[in-house]
Amino acid sequence: MEPIRRELTIDATEGNLAAAQEFVESVISGTDCPMKTQMMISLAVEEIFINIASYAYAPKTGEATITAELQDHSSMLVLTFRDRGIPYDPVAKEDPNLHVPVEEREIGGLGIYMTKKIMDAVLYEYRDGQNVLTLKKNLV
Amino acid sequence: MLNISKTIDNGKAVYTLKGRLDTVTAPELENDLKDALAGITSLTMDFAELEYISSAGLRVLLSAQKTMNKQGEMKIIHVNDTIMEIFEVTGFVDILTIE
Repeated sequence: MEPIRRELTIDATEGNLAAAQEFVESVISGTDCPMKTQMMISLAVEEIFINIASYAYAPKTGEATITAELQDHSSMLVLTFRDRGIPYDPVAKEDPNLHVPVEEREIGGLGIYMTKKIMDAVLYEYRDGQNVLTLKKNLV
Repeated sequence: MLNISKTIDNGKAVYTLKGRLDTVTAPELENDLKDALAGITSLTMDFAELEYISSAGLRVLLSAQKTMNKQGEMKIIHVNDTIMEIFEVTGFVDILTIE
């Protein structure tokens, strides 16, 4: 089976969220990936894409490139998000404190925290003027 | 895509959400709740047909929970497996009343 690798470059905007998610869903739809895992991957795509849309180029907008690759006989999804915005390492962000009363709970950092929990690996590097965030998820 | 239907009767509000509660749709629910929660002492959210929630949706739930803690109670019913896992991962199971 040929490895599948597809790439999408779009403006990182809230309006393009559905396009980003549909792109990734289209790559994994042909695999045996359970529905729940697909939802979790969509969630990670939203959290990362919206982070780029909100902060990478603010107050301007810019492009994001998403690469979706199926490896190991379609048992492993490797997603890469690249942007040319300000350098930002979400992996280094401290995890939110989940054990505080509701009045003190804050929502900041929850998106990247969920992404780290959902995915099997999250790797960040700044390379050639680009933020490169790689997410890996076992599909079976 | 998110459909919101609600019934409000004698201080009790029941929201039925259908579709996705994400970055794009969460503001709709947030705006709706902002006006609707005045005078409400019991808020029920029915998630039977809610497929998906992201951190943007969690933000709205947290805000609604904080409001309802001051004026009554809030519960969420019929949560699917995927959304329950998100509540567990984020510790929201400890904040929300889920039945």
